[in-house]
Order: sequence, then C-alpha cells, then structure tokens
Amino acid sequence: MSAQPVLDVRHLRVDIETRNGTLHAVRDVSLQVHQGETLCIVGESGCGKSMTSLALMSLLPRAATRHTGQFLFQGEDLSRAGKRRINTLRGNKMAMIFQEPMTALNPAYTIGNQLTEVYLQHRGGSMDAARRRAINLLEKVGITSAGDRLGQYPHQLSGGLRQRVMIAMALMCDPELLIADEPSTALDVTIQAQILRLLADLQKELGLAMILITHDLGIVARIADRVAVMYAGEVIEEGRAADVFDRPNHPYTRGLIDCIPVPGRTLPGQRLGTIRGTVPSLIGEFQGCAFRDRCPHARPECAGTIPIHESASGHRWRCILEEGEGLASEGADAPALEENPA
Amino acid sequence: MSTPILQARGLTRAFRVRGSMFQAPKTLHAVNGVDIGVEQGQVLGVVGESGCGKSTLARMLLGLLPPSSGEVLLDGRDIHKMDRREVARRVQPVFQDPYSSLNPRRSIVGSVAFPLEVHGIGTASERRRKAIEMLERTGLPARYADNTPNQLSGGQRQRVAIARALVMNPQIVVCDEPTSALDVSVQAQILNLLLDLQRDFNLTYLFISHNLAVVEHIATQVAVMYLGRVVEYNDTAELFRQPLHPYTQALLQSVLTPEPGLGIPDIGLGLSFPDPLNPPTGCGFNPRCAWRMAQCTRVQPGLLRHGSGLVACHLYPEAEVATPRGALEAKTESSTEQQAEA
Repeated sequence: MSAQPVLDVRHLRVDIETRNGTLHAVRDVSLQVHQGETLCIVGESGCGKSMTSLALMSLLPRAATRHTGQFLFQGEDLSRAGKRRINTLRGNKMAMIFQEPMTALNPAYTIGNQLTEVYLQHRGGSMDAARRRAINLLEKVGITSAGDRLGQYPHQLSGGLRQRVMIAMALMCDPELLIADEPSTALDVTIQAQILRLLADLQKELGLAMILITHDLGIVARIADRVAVMYAGEVIEEGRAADVFDRPNHPYTRGLIDCIPVPGRTLPGQRLGTIRGTVPSLIGEFQGCAFRDRCPHARPECAGTIPIHESASGHRWRCILEEGEGLASEGADAPALEENPA
Repeated sequence: MSTPILQARGLTRAFRVRGSMFQAPKTLHAVNGVDIGVEQGQVLGVVGESGCGKSTLARMLLGLLPPSSGEVLLDGRDIHKMDRREVARRVQPVFQDPYSSLNPRRSIVGSVAFPLEVHGIGTASERRRKAIEMLERTGLPARYADNTPNQLSGGQRQRVAIARALVMNPQIVVCDEPTSALDVSVQAQILNLLLDLQRDFNLTYLFISHNLAVVEHIATQVAVMYLGRVVEYNDTAELFRQPLHPYTQALLQSVLTPEPGLGIPDIGLGLSFPDPLNPPTGCGFNPRCAWRMAQCTRVQPGLLRHGSGLVACHLYPEAEVATPRGALEAKTESSTEQQAEA
C-alpha cells in the first residue's frame, strides 16, 4: 500500500436547502482510500452514503452544497477545483458505477457509442483504437461476442449484462479511483454474486482504489478491506472489516449486525434483534450523538461532544463507550431491544 | 397428515406478449404447471429470481388473476368458482411496496377499515375501533390513525398494510416480498411482527421472496421456482442442509452472509440468462447448469420425490419412495413426458 492515499477527504459536509430549513445530509465525514484497497460505506437509507459519493464525484444536485476541510485526489487539492478540471478527471481518473444500469445508460445510443465516447473525450485518438479498447474491456467483464454487442442498445441487454457494460465503461480510461454506488442492488441474487465477484477481481487485478456503497452488510463483509458505517450523516464506526464485524464497538453497528437473519447463525422462527425508534431529522443544528434516542446505552453525556476512540489497528468509533464496553449488558437487556417500536 | 388449506394444482398462466407492432405475439408461460400446497399454520416460502413467476403465482393464489389452466383449491374448493368476497375474507395479500399499495388520499384507519366496509361488517364506529385495535396490534399507536400514508415511514406503511390484511381475520396471508423495500433494521421488525401474528392468529403464510436468508428464517417449507416451474420443494431445514437442484445450490451459495474473509463465491453460473419468451428446450436451467447432460436439453424433468422433498432434475432420476406427504402429489413421469413432447 502506497503511503499517499488516492483519495483523502477531511471534514466533508453536504448541506441541502429545503423548505423547512437546512438539511445536514453529510456531517463531518473523513475518508481515505489507498491504491488497491476497497472501502465500503454502509448504512441505511437516508444515512448520507449516496450524498457522500456524489459529493466526491462533484455530482451533487443543485440544492446541495459541499464544504470540505481538505479534498485531495492523488495529492491534488480538488476542493476549489473548477468545472473544467473536474471534467477532465471525472470518467477518466475517477469513475463511477451507479445502482440502476437502465437509467445510467442512455437508451438512445448504442453500447459502442457510449463506451467509445468516454475514451475519445478523455484520451482522444482514433475511433478504431477506442473500439478495440471497448471490445477488450467487454471481454474482460465477461461479455461474449463483444464486437456484436457494440451495435446493441441498452434495452437489448439483461440487467446483469447492462451492469457489466457499466463496469467496462468505468474502466475505459484506466481510473485510479472507482466509486460503485449499490452496484448490485437492482440485480437478482445469483447475478449479484457474479457482478460483485467480477468487481472484486478487477479491483485486485488493476490495483484500483474502490469505494463501494451499499446497505447490505453481507456484501460489505465479503468485499471490504475497510468499512465505514454511516448513521445520520456521520461515520460512526470505521476500521478493517474483520475488526468491525467481529468486534463492533458502536451500539448502532451491533444493532445492525443483529438485525439480519443469517442461515446457520440465527434460529429460524426466533425473533431477530431490532433497533427501536427511528432516525432523527437532520434538518437544523444537531448536538451530541444522533443515535442516543435509540441506543440501549444512552447516558446524559451523549448529548454533549462525542469522543472518537481509536484502537491500535486503526479501528475508530464515535461513541462514549470504550472498546468492548456494554457488550455484556447488551446481551442482558436484549429483550428490551426487541420491543415493538412506537 | 392434514390436507393443504391452500393448494395449486397444475397451475399455469400464459400471457400473450407482443414485442412491437409488427411482430407476431408470443406466448409467455409465467407459471407453468405448478403444484404446491400449504398446510394450516405453516409458512411456505417461494423463492426465485425476477421473472420466475412467483408474483404471478401469488396473484393466482389470491384469486386476482384467473389461471390459463389448472386450479387453486381453498379447503378443497376451486377459488375461481367461489364467491369473490368469500375468497377475500379468507385469503389476504401483503405486497412489496407499501408506497403504492396504500391509497394516498385515505387516512390509514380508513384503509384498514375499508375491507370491513366492503363486507358490510359493523357500524362505522365499530369498524373504526376494530381498525385501530388492529393497527395497535401491528405496532402503530392510535395517534397515527388519521394520518395519511405520506406521513409514515416505509416500515410504518408496511404495518398498515399488514393490519389491513388481518382486519378480516383471514386464514391465509400471501406476502409478496413484504420486506424487500425496507431497510434491514425495519425488515427485522416486520419479520418479528409477521412471526408473532402468525402464532397469535394461527395464520398460514405464503411468503414470496428472493432473499434466501429471510425465507430460511420464516418459512417451514420452501419451493424454489425457475422459469415458471417449481424445481425443488422441501422442508426448510432439509433444503438448506442439502440442496439438490443445481439452481438451488447456486442460490444458496449466492447468499452473502456477513462473515468477513470468506470473499465472494464463484457460483459457476454462465452469463446466459434465459429469455422467458424463448425458453430453452428440456430443463429451463440447462444453459446455466454445470451438470448439463444430453437429456437435459431434450426432456423437461418431472418434479419427483427424492428423500423428504421433491426435485425436478435429471441428476436424480430415481424417485425414491417415501411416505406420502399429503401436501403434495408428485407429478407422474408420464405427464411430464407428454409435456416434453408437446
């Protein structure tokens, strides 16, 4: 792993102006991704994970504004970079794969058109070279008779094939950073496994820095080197996948892991763990821990400034609890956790 | 052993599909000769990927869609010959998307009381009381009663949909992907609720899902569908312990459990996803199957008894003689051969 991260973002904030006031969708998020590393951002809907990815790609909707303390991409400060500079990087050195390949591809243009366009835009050169590159990459993502596919339109391909085309398109210009936002969510389970395996293989082979955004803890555990768990616009826990899954220290991470049925681990027909209550509104100023209303360990000091703990292996969590604290008592008051929420 | 309370016999539904104005319409067999049954108090899970016919099956079992051939029996009587209201009183649906399954202009207590109104049960105030009772039973406090659906979260809306399904005291609830649109923590709440209600009201569920971990958690029996046919049926524990059909094996392998370090499995399925308008000859799964034999491309395998379950695969040619289960009658070989010839 090289010393300098491919992406180094500090204190990222995204504010969205709404009729009811300013919505703080992303609140002080810091992320680093190194070459050859997969960082997964996981969280439930509304936690700010997609807004984070759009902010990194400078693709935020008009009503949203981005503030960063620092935004280094390959050592270059992009926080003040103009549109022109972003346009030369986006799709080129930083590429993105979206959730829904049917809406991300233009239905009116052929696959070949869309694949070569990116390449010609950023690299120039001849159409021939671009087509060769496209065929080469389509084969790499496992599409047979790639030459014929170039003449096809998105609607002629299945969902799994379309997502493969999206991956090929993202790779056209040899990106350094690949951001994949729920790349397999719209797909069937068997296709999902195939697409994720393809992404994981390509990431290793090409030494990409990858940020994968998902709500699925199963995917995170299987593909991530490092995990960032987001809740209400903040990263509340971050660390190596093994650390976060085997020794989750934030009560929200623990709750999330207990929620999912796992064949062979959870007992069929038995109650699953739940997290009581709902996510707080992110409109207006917010003090203290956003999870405290739902947390089984909440104390008065949760309304104040929350410390960030860090273990020797770089496992960090934003909570008043020390490492391993509250695990035993959580087992004891598990029934309380399972109450029907109001 | 008791007879199934709800049973499909040779259930088939074909749709005429026209690709464009100039193409001759084709026939799509969404559901093709399905024999399944569920006994009182059991939960039959139906799993399969998009386009396998599970939702069409659900609509036929609800009596919302007439079958092209075959029949649906409720306590031994054909539901399409029964009074529509009687069927609705005994079989109720819960759909996937609680955003579209509730009338946005009706208060939630109005939505829940509506079935009572249709059936002319009680006075307006009695209906309202019963509806509020049912809402509270599903975990929604009475103060929400006069809200409209847009004021509720996805999980709360799904509680309304469940309350509406249960207000008539049905025997059977057909749940079509009831948690697929929900976050994992909300999914756990809804699964807990469904399990509680099933015990309290002695309900029978038909639970349709593409999420195998969820089905393993809630179902007592599982039917796996592929291209409109049931390819495997067994008790849940047995099916997960020893899946027989290569498709079931691939589906099980695709379940990404949150265990870091295991990586993404190679499930060894090809890319060619079948076109339901142009299904492969013989076994529908043969183009993707690693075990394909010569006869797989010619002869549709029948659903035959093997051990405690049923499987439609040429790998298991000998129908092992087991004690009849009553719930299901395995198709005889002669009828499947006729189908293959036709």
